[in-house]
Amino acid sequence: MNKLLPAPFLSLFLLVFWLLLQNTVSAGLIVLGIILAILIPLYTNRGRDFPATIHKPFKAIEYFILLMVDILISNLNIAAIILLPSRRIKPALIEYPLDIVGEVPITVLASTISLTPGTITAEIRRDGRALMIHALNVDDHEKLIASIKQRYEMRLKEIFKC
Amino acid sequence: MVELHGWADWLVSSLLIIGALFALIGSVGLARLPDFMARLHAPTKSTTLGVGGVILGSIVYFSVTASFSWHELLITIFLFLTAPISAHLLAKAGLHLELRRVENTRDLRAQPKQYSDKD
Amino acid sequence: MLIYAVQFAFIAFCVALLLNLWRLFRGPDLPDRILALDTIYINSLALLVLFGIWHGTAFYFEAALLIAMLGFIGTVAAAKFLLRGDIVE
Repeated sequence: MNKLLPAPFLSLFLLVFWLLLQNTVSAGLIVLGIILAILIPLYTNRGRDFPATIHKPFKAIEYFILLMVDILISNLNIAAIILLPSRRIKPALIEYPLDIVGEVPITVLASTISLTPGTITAEIRRDGRALMIHALNVDDHEKLIASIKQRYEMRLKEIFKC
Repeated sequence: MVELHGWADWLVSSLLIIGALFALIGSVGLARLPDFMARLHAPTKSTTLGVGGVILGSIVYFSVTASFSWHELLITIFLFLTAPISAHLLAKAGLHLELRRVENTRDLRAQPKQYSDKD
Repeated sequence: MLIYAVQFAFIAFCVALLLNLWRLFRGPDLPDRILALDTIYINSLALLVLFGIWHGTAFYFEAALLIAMLGFIGTVAAAKFLLRGDIVE
């Protein structure tokens, strides 16, 4: 299992990607897709030095759905800020202390922050223990940090066990 | 273009209209927000979601009129994966060049030097 | 109903593209222009998808996917250039 499939989720993703690109499902395409999905991770395995395993796939799916809903809500917030003419925005650069470790979990968290309400990840501190966030309109930055921690970081910690 | 009927007509039309509205809002934000870091927020979120909506409408339209057609989903996945990355790189560039920020931006970093990119 | 929705979406995306062009010309700094270019890429991709619906063909899909990829790579390369003064390190 581990020799033949070093990264099972990558293989699955490649197979689905291949079928989507072909836009049809037939036996021949599935066989070719499976061959590609086994060969490509084997070939690229040496270059992948950031091991990450998803321990709880169902939690990951739940996280994905939560993210979709939050992206919708965040867009309504941004639309309100853009369209209301008189509202003064209060931007801030915030330091967000990280509890999780590992390159993949931090990347997922940073992308989540960039896609959700009024925040963008701008940089990571040199020691990798804090992110710098630009918030578009924030009154209480402690509350923002606490909400990100409780809403996303705890879930990621559970999913990746890090 | 083939005219649709019933629920498909409503679904495709509302997806297209909502998507177009979000993309328009994103571009309005790009045009009228006051400084670069604020402008970065509008296209990464609104435009990505708007184009995603239009592509979902296209998926439903082609699935109803022709055969099952899911490959537009690739564009949506690609956009949602790459939008945070380009936003991050542009934010880095903006901070590196020390662009003008609106005067009420609060800098709450404890050690700003730890982030500076100038070696 | 659908025909009006597609026409409305065409108009909305054209207005969005004009606004992006205004930002592209106005600046004031280079990152602003790169951001405007990136948004232009994404909006024109949506315009191509709409064109596909209008003509009822799926042939524009590949073009849209290519625009998405090239737009992302272009944005990353330009941002990298601003950061380091060089693209390949």
